[in-house]
Amino acid sequence: MFRNALQSVCRSHRPLLLGSGLVLVWLTTTAMHIPDGFLSPLVALFFWGVTIIAVAYALSRVRVELTERQVPLMGVLAAVIFAGQMLNFSVAGGTSGHLLGAALAVILLGPWPALLVMTCVVSVQALIFQDGGLLALGANIFNMGIIGVFVAWGVYRLVCRLTPDARWSRLLAGFLAAWSSIEIAALVAALQLALSGTSPANISIPAMGGIHALIGLGEGVITLGALSFLMAVRPGLVSGKGPEKTESSLVWVGGLMIAVLLAILSPLASAHPDGLEWVAEQTGFLGAAQGSFYTILPDYVVPGISNGALATILAGVMGVVIVLGAAFLVSRIRKTPTSG
Amino acid sequence: MHAHLFDPYFSGASPVHACDSRIKLALVLVFILCVALAPVGAWAALVLYFATSLAAIILSGIPLLKILRRSVIALPFALAALPLVFTTDGVPWISIPLGPWMLSPTAEGFLRFLAIAGKSWISVQAALLLSATTPFPDLLLALRAFHVPQLLVSVIGLMWRYLFVLADEAIRLMRARDSRSGIEPGRRPGGGVLWRARVTGGMAGSLFIRGFDRADRVYAAMLARGYDGETRALPAPPLTPGQYTVLTAGGTWMVMILLLAILIR
Repeated sequence: MFRNALQSVCRSHRPLLLGSGLVLVWLTTTAMHIPDGFLSPLVALFFWGVTIIAVAYALSRVRVELTERQVPLMGVLAAVIFAGQMLNFSVAGGTSGHLLGAALAVILLGPWPALLVMTCVVSVQALIFQDGGLLALGANIFNMGIIGVFVAWGVYRLVCRLTPDARWSRLLAGFLAAWSSIEIAALVAALQLALSGTSPANISIPAMGGIHALIGLGEGVITLGALSFLMAVRPGLVSGKGPEKTESSLVWVGGLMIAVLLAILSPLASAHPDGLEWVAEQTGFLGAAQGSFYTILPDYVVPGISNGALATILAGVMGVVIVLGAAFLVSRIRKTPTSG
Repeated sequence: MHAHLFDPYFSGASPVHACDSRIKLALVLVFILCVALAPVGAWAALVLYFATSLAAIILSGIPLLKILRRSVIALPFALAALPLVFTTDGVPWISIPLGPWMLSPTAEGFLRFLAIAGKSWISVQAALLLSATTPFPDLLLALRAFHVPQLLVSVIGLMWRYLFVLADEAIRLMRARDSRSGIEPGRRPGGGVLWRARVTGGMAGSLFIRGFDRADRVYAAMLARGYDGETRALPAPPLTPGQYTVLTAGGTWMVMILLLAILIR
């Protein structure tokens, strides 16, 4: 009898479940740029700090390496990446695959110019096109710029080192670098959401990680195709070492270590239903800071009775409706004197 | 012909348009920070912030519907917070068995979800207003005033100049791909997914090469016009006392709402 009840519930709820499942999939495919409101101020400001330090260092390195060609080169290539993100190919149903471009940028430019290029792209996307929030911009640059570029760089250099100097090895390295950059960036975004308490870790990490494992395949194949084309047309552009004049193993080894660390940390964090607390415990000071912040932002007053909550919701909705109505009224009144 | 890249600037002669871009950027950042810091149950504060952003939009003379329509972009992301409805502790409304799990949405979870979605929506409106009332060169000026390094600002400026040019290149590449693909009604053009992805990769590579060549030409043109590696800009006009008044008044208003929301808990 229970099984019949369960089946009937699932059948009647199936459109809702299917709909929400599809929506969840769709939104996670567009979900690398985190808007404002989803990261707690503490998490957002922390990643702003990290990003500022990394970008400042990248600026100093680029001034030394590229000299005066840097502005037109990086400016035009930033526009290339931005425009390249418009290129798409149909996958299935209505979905299409897109390019992030961090891996391609780092293979062609080296890590520090690529980081600056991705910083410009993500910043303009947030500032002008509202693709990602302004407070969350630091975290978005961290995910798509720092993580995307350095993980791709680490994986690319590692695979090039482990394989002989041949065309297929570059293509394989490019594919793996692009896939890992997407996957690790998605895991970091999921961790940021979990740390902010917006999305429980045991849902956000598997969801983002799973979906972006597929999206990463698209990025990998696009990067592979681009490298194949570039190696045929401009052989000098793609090499196993990259255009860096100074051979610094610290950078690509560091990128690789970040990737490995996150690859291990994320499944562990997601295994705990309270992944948020577990991760906060492991990173000691974050736990302490979160604790003190919660006293500044006191937990919502538990209504206890659902009527109280309903009243709050109703009051909020009414407030919003009144304000919107007043706003439309005022804008209508304002329009009549100026029209004609 | 641009696909979805458009200049969001909407010209006008309102007080918001006339306001200095540095002041506007500062106010928007303070606004978003205050909204983010507002406690979860502070609905009155959120309504006040919403009213503030609506007032600013009306003052700017930009059609309200235009901004609100664009502001809906960020809303679907709110579904990432949807699990909060089920995982927050509290008195459950109903319990839906779903396979091995028991879905029990709580009122507290729903309120938290609404708070996140509401804050996100209000923040997007402020950012939209900023980009709709500020021409791009003025935004670069504001970035400089906030001590963003000159190199980064120059790169962003050049990127903006060539963005639409390269977006047109990308559209031409896609149009060329379409015109060289046989299309049978009811079937996707081209071979399998892998083949399509590799072709897109070739297009991306081609775009990169065009970008490299264009960068070389741009660099040569800049050299021919006296470029020596340094980007010089006109000195920023000094801020008038009126602008400072706007900044202090706006900032005080937003911080006051936040303090009231925190203290009246």
